[in-house]
Amino acid sequence: METHSILETIQMISEEKLDIRTITMGISLIDCIDSDGEKARQKIYKKLTTKAKDLVKVAEQIESEYGIPIVNKRISVTPISIVAAASNDKDYVAFAKTMDQAASDLGVDLIGGFTALVPKGYQTGDGKLIQSIPQALSETSRVCGSVNVGSTRSGINLDAVKQMGQVVKDLAAVDPVNCMSLVIFANAVEDNPFMAGAFHGVGEADCVINVGISGPGVVKRALEQVKGQPIDIVSETIKKTAFKVTRMGQFVGNIASKALNVPFGIVDLSLAPTPNEGDSVAEILEEIGLESVGAPGTTAALALLNDAVKKGGVMACEHVGGLSGAFIPVSEDAEMIRAVNAGNLNIEKLEAMTAVCSVGLDMIAIPGDTTAETISGMIADEAAIGVINNKTTAVRIIPATGKKVGDTVEFGGLFGQAPVMPVNTNSPADFIHRGGHIPSPIHSFKN
Amino acid sequence: MKAILTVVGRDKTGIVAAVANKLAELNVNIIDISQTLMQGNFTMMMMVSIDESTKFDTVKNSLSQLGQESNLDIRIQRQEIFDATQKL
Repeated sequence: METHSILETIQMISEEKLDIRTITMGISLIDCIDSDGEKARQKIYKKLTTKAKDLVKVAEQIESEYGIPIVNKRISVTPISIVAAASNDKDYVAFAKTMDQAASDLGVDLIGGFTALVPKGYQTGDGKLIQSIPQALSETSRVCGSVNVGSTRSGINLDAVKQMGQVVKDLAAVDPVNCMSLVIFANAVEDNPFMAGAFHGVGEADCVINVGISGPGVVKRALEQVKGQPIDIVSETIKKTAFKVTRMGQFVGNIASKALNVPFGIVDLSLAPTPNEGDSVAEILEEIGLESVGAPGTTAALALLNDAVKKGGVMACEHVGGLSGAFIPVSEDAEMIRAVNAGNLNIEKLEAMTAVCSVGLDMIAIPGDTTAETISGMIADEAAIGVINNKTTAVRIIPATGKKVGDTVEFGGLFGQAPVMPVNTNSPADFIHRGGHIPSPIHSFKN
Repeated sequence: MKAILTVVGRDKTGIVAAVANKLAELNVNIIDISQTLMQGNFTMMMMVSIDESTKFDTVKNSLSQLGQESNLDIRIQRQEIFDATQKL
């Protein structure tokens, strides 16, 4: 094997912070449904701790033998709103606690699936689950929840949008940091290994392994080699780099799937930043040629990046899925935080960027006195971008209770810190309080 | 099992000997070796073969201990990871 190739791989991992962001085991809980909530929870605990008993051990062994860091080990489960619906429980907090207990006993970092899917309407379990979110996410440490409020096929559930604005406020009232465990989606995907939006869709197999990979540093370094060259070369360079990065994900997924004797689902090839130096999506955009992320041209540069990442990744693995693309969470990206603090990046620009990125308004802190209706308005806007453009969008915002613009919310670790950003204070209350359902868009006259 | 071993650090007498001795002690066979000085940095790459009966973790820990003692960055990774990223 060529020395050059070996050195390149080692450099990708050690200097450019290439990592496997997550190995996520998706586990179906459909067979745990029981009319007795207590019995259902026992079955859930038993199934989780049986299926995932070797997950952490196998992941750690891969890390050690192949020298590639696996940052998180996670589990995603069937949306609890479906699993718990048959029970007579008044709320589903106990289900969240069972998930938390299983995750903690297994040593996995996060467990996702405290989820309701209501793009068209509520079923019995959906209402109870959504009402349980503030308490469930406050009283557990590893559980993540999500609510899908819209889809291209069914439009936007404005009742759910309205309710989620209040849920986010209620959750923040306990502790703003809890809001990082809750995502509100449009067009949510069922095989996404990234939290907080991961859940195991009903169309999935009983148990699968999904891998999420990330390497903004590798892409940035590759682009440094083509400074000043035409933008076609930039796109080509990103594609080639994404290919190599995805191969690593495919490889690790294969090994994990064999070792755990569980089918391999998908690789989610994403450029997800961390607050560490040299691990930033914003830095890639600036390397493409922007003075600061947020400058005119940012959306175009992000569109190119997102598309090239997908093109490069698709050929590198058997099944690509999830959200594959560039993530732009503000608090988790050191360069994004800098741009916000310098006044170069605002929420409106971030919203525009979400039309072409992988997810949406992610990890953004807003003033504590922002009204529930305003938050619902932000959710509605993001859902509309997703629904009209046939893509996944999400909102994960943090109302920083008691804080104002200029303050900072600390999350710690991979989640970083978020500067509180100004929000347009004109009220959308009358719009949001209308409730009802925004019809699905017509797609036969696409232009 | 084949693995790639890399050693990077400040050049001094006896690095190759120290690493090779440690490998012999661990019953790890050296298949290929290349060594160079890059801007004053000692850089060595080895392909080694580890017996199935030898525990990877034992080899890895002993080498990392040697690295700490002699102020070298020694890492070992199974070879497949390099093929995965670099070959179609």
